[in-house]
Amino acid sequence: MFYREAGDFKTSYSKDNQTFPIKIDRVGYYLVLLVAFLVVPFMLNDYWVNAIFLPFLIYSIAAIGLNILVGYCGQVSLGTGGFMAVGAYACYKLMTTFPDINIFFHVIIAGGITGLVCVVFGLPSLRIKGFYLAVATLAAQFFLVWLFNRVPWFYNYSASGQINAPERTVFGIEVTGANTEAWATYLFCLVFVVASAWIARNLTRGMTGRKWMAIRDMDIAAEIIGVNPLKAKISAFAVSGFFVGISGALFFAVYLGAVEVGEAFGITKSFLVLFMIIIGGLGSIFGSFAGAAFLVLLPVVLKVVGVDMLGWPTDMVAHLQLVIVGGLIILFLILEPHGLAQLWRVTKQKLRLWPFPH
Amino acid sequence: MKKIFVTAIAGLMAASPVMADLVFPSLSYRTGPYAAGGIPFADGYTDYFTLLNERDGGIGGVKVSVPECETGYNTEKGVECYESTKGEGALVYQPLSTGITYQLIPKTTADDIPMHTMGYGRTSAANGDVFSHTFNYPGSYWNGASGGVNYLLETNGGDISGKKIALVYHNSAYGKEPIRTLEELQKKHGFELSLLPVDHPGQEQKSQWLQIRREKPDYVMMWGWGVMNQVAIQEAANIRFPMENFIGIWWSGAEHDVLPAGDKANGYKALTFHNVGRDFPVFADIQKYVVDAGKAAGAGDQVGNVLYNRGLYAAMLAAEAAKTAQEIHGTKDITASMMRDGMEALEITEEKMAALGMPNFGPSFSVSCENHGGPGLVGVTQWDASSKTWSLISDFKATDIDVIGALIAEDSGAYASENNIASNCN
Amino acid sequence: MSEQIVYALEVFANGLMSGVLYALVALGFVLIYKASGIFNFAQGVMALFAAMTLVGIQNGQVPFAHLINAVLGTHIHHFGWHIHSVLALIFTVGVMILLAVAIQRFVFRHLVGQEPIILFMATIGLAYFLEGFSDLMWNSEIKTLKFCVAEGTCLPQGMNMAIDEAAYNAFGTGFFIDNLDISAAIVAVMLVIALVAFSQYTKQGRAMRAVADDHQAALSVGISLNFIWILVWSVAGFVALVAGIMWGAKSGVQFSLSLIALKALPVLMLGGFTSIPGAIVGGLIIGVGEKMFEYCFGTGQCFGGIINLGGATENWFAYVLALVFLVFRPQGLFGEKIIERV
Repeated sequence: MFYREAGDFKTSYSKDNQTFPIKIDRVGYYLVLLVAFLVVPFMLNDYWVNAIFLPFLIYSIAAIGLNILVGYCGQVSLGTGGFMAVGAYACYKLMTTFPDINIFFHVIIAGGITGLVCVVFGLPSLRIKGFYLAVATLAAQFFLVWLFNRVPWFYNYSASGQINAPERTVFGIEVTGANTEAWATYLFCLVFVVASAWIARNLTRGMTGRKWMAIRDMDIAAEIIGVNPLKAKISAFAVSGFFVGISGALFFAVYLGAVEVGEAFGITKSFLVLFMIIIGGLGSIFGSFAGAAFLVLLPVVLKVVGVDMLGWPTDMVAHLQLVIVGGLIILFLILEPHGLAQLWRVTKQKLRLWPFPH
Repeated sequence: MKKIFVTAIAGLMAASPVMADLVFPSLSYRTGPYAAGGIPFADGYTDYFTLLNERDGGIGGVKVSVPECETGYNTEKGVECYESTKGEGALVYQPLSTGITYQLIPKTTADDIPMHTMGYGRTSAANGDVFSHTFNYPGSYWNGASGGVNYLLETNGGDISGKKIALVYHNSAYGKEPIRTLEELQKKHGFELSLLPVDHPGQEQKSQWLQIRREKPDYVMMWGWGVMNQVAIQEAANIRFPMENFIGIWWSGAEHDVLPAGDKANGYKALTFHNVGRDFPVFADIQKYVVDAGKAAGAGDQVGNVLYNRGLYAAMLAAEAAKTAQEIHGTKDITASMMRDGMEALEITEEKMAALGMPNFGPSFSVSCENHGGPGLVGVTQWDASSKTWSLISDFKATDIDVIGALIAEDSGAYASENNIASNCN
Repeated sequence: MSEQIVYALEVFANGLMSGVLYALVALGFVLIYKASGIFNFAQGVMALFAAMTLVGIQNGQVPFAHLINAVLGTHIHHFGWHIHSVLALIFTVGVMILLAVAIQRFVFRHLVGQEPIILFMATIGLAYFLEGFSDLMWNSEIKTLKFCVAEGTCLPQGMNMAIDEAAYNAFGTGFFIDNLDISAAIVAVMLVIALVAFSQYTKQGRAMRAVADDHQAALSVGISLNFIWILVWSVAGFVALVAGIMWGAKSGVQFSLSLIALKALPVLMLGGFTSIPGAIVGGLIIGVGEKMFEYCFGTGQCFGGIINLGGATENWFAYVLALVFLVFRPQGLFGEKIIERV
């Protein structure tokens, strides 16, 4: 009744092709942005930011990055943890080597460096496909973690091998280090999230994205109709690496502040981000957000319900949490194999016709 | 278990004002790859506070509450736990993970909450001039490394030049801690050090132990945690390395590390900074007030284990620091900031420990503003496979402060200049 | 013979032995993938669950004791019995069959015809579920695994003295082979022979192969896919149990046992997802490769120590070896040739 396109007239080609062709979507989108930028920062405390918002925002970027590679281009990667580590260590080296340059640029350059590394490890994808490729990207995961652990130059020869984010400011406001305000770190990450989502969305609906999807659907057919698989696959690895690198840099510099590579960027991280995009929905920007939100929020919610409200022993809650997360993943797959994004699409489709579905 | 369950529910229903209690959050891990080490520590930590509540009515008459938060040894969950409990008036944090410690050092300093990392974490935090809110008394990894070398010196009549020592270590920040110290000591005492990293998780160590078999070092030291310990001890037994020449750090020397290897683990040694076994009067009280009353944490089957004792010891030190803080500030309801002062003025004497029913449970020491690390006294324990007990075979002895002090000054100085930290003690 | 060569041989032989252990884990993956196209990420957790169940039954642990105690306020932990290992093994196989039925009934029956990535994802969910479930059932402490066929004849551990002495007499240096590894190799050989015999000479085995070749054709000649899949998951569960026993005997049964799956993945890549001989040969190549690389370049023992990477190279080397291999042969060593049509 309210959600429909009737009466929403488009007078130009660009209007017809916009990301949110339905008015209520468009309004909703701007409303969300407005709330995220102008309302949320005033309502935050340390707990909300550090336990929920920062991990959600940062994982969203990682999920967008991985979704480009897996969801749009069809190249399954299990090296996300390793690539995030590249972003984190690149950011650390830049922060300590060029302390005068704004951290904002450090994060972006760290993303670029990760993109390059990602391309190197993406080259085998021209020969190796499917699960074989997934397992091959694990080589990147293990090798990169070993490298950062092994070569002292990466952690500035510190005695412990940990890297610590020094204090850095944007417009005179601290965004890394211990004395940051909750809203400042939140806004800093939010800017990157919005920019990433915007870039990703526009890339995927343009020429580049269509090429990726052609490769995903069937690479030989795509090659025959003139898509260069080398360029398409490598560009997907580069763009994906860029986003994943940014998320790794933020994860280290803004969220955790101190990182040990094996612990923070281990194989579990690679799996976690992969789960996010599969639960959220492959090949969907919205799905990346939904999946990240789901996997960040669910453990917190279960913990609050189990430990704080029901008063169960923490270990039992932790075990039950695994059982429930596992059970939910299976349940989701059975009910809607294409993730939360598909669920959202179906809901919207129904809403369009509501209340007269026939 | 049921009691915790019931009291927790009752507590919730009554919506008891938690702020009146002294809050000692326990960031535990009872799940994940390191659960076997996390469970006994968390049980010991909680049980000691339960004992204080039941026997003495709390600390200085104020009840103690120990909210537990499961970290799973995961830094992100650790951060979540920290943020969710700090609002409840947490007095001191003991994260029991080097990764979480590094994260919390700047955070706790900013929030004015002390952190106690007993026998783990960042070693150079012993320099209280730089690390105002981090304490790692009574000993650190560098003390451990030096203590191990001192023990070898002692058993070799003061001369280990030309001896070969191999270090088998977990290839992470934690495992790499002793390397610098051992390298310095190598120069000083003229032994030959070889390094053998083992990657996480450490289930497959054949290469490392074949190398040990080839090189035939006189001694092997180990910095391991989790499954790495059990496998290393098993592999050492397999290649018939003499167990009495195999010395682990305190995180590689608990019952569950040696039990899977059975009789062949007999004679294995581990460093320690607190006593082992349940031959102390305090255990009678724990049995009476906690276990028999059905208030034991967890399954209640860990009492007297090495890591249980460590948790107990950590809780004891925290409680004593709280008492000291109450004395200094003349108030029963101390805040985290007062707790920090109490920790900095903490003095543990033999009489104090005896009065608590824990004679010679740990070394006697005192903390000062400059020295948050205590004296760094290290003892050695040995495993007896037939009676399935650890026993202290070398008392808590001094370590090489010259070498360690210089390293601490260097590392903490680097941290201070990197983060523009002003001197805390003037 | 010079000492260097003996040492290298020793590393080589131990690499082969490790390879057998990797192959044991990889075997479970291959069985399921071949029959149903599911890449079973939960294979490692299944090994953990199987080993925990075995120890739990052996020691008479009460399942879900922690949960029951917390809810009902009881204090039960043990039934107070100790069951003979073989009997416990039979019970555990029973549990694994039940698990297979449950997995088929509640998960994969609802996912028939989905894309491989979805099925893979479901096994990840399954891995999570089982991980929490087995801890909930048998608690998360380390359990010592002692598998004894009879009083005094247990699964052996430690250096094989006979080989060591023979080598000492022949070359003047000892030769280390772990007894546990020898028994693992024997068990693996028996297991493979049994699997081959089963799939070649029994009706169910032939049906299993038919399903692996072509689902539709198998269906049309009256083979019940449902039954075959339960069968395959049961066999994989049994293989997981064997792997769990072999690995658990060394380290104790604990959470980290589930991580052995990571050791099997490069083996699979190398050997091909669909080939049982591939899993064996791949395991041996990976085992020898990573041990020799660590010996030669990781710790700088070969060629005068020109390259010394400082150790702990095994984890990534296995993957890099497999990766390099795949670039030249994308379907793995024995994998079915990938034919692509538009």
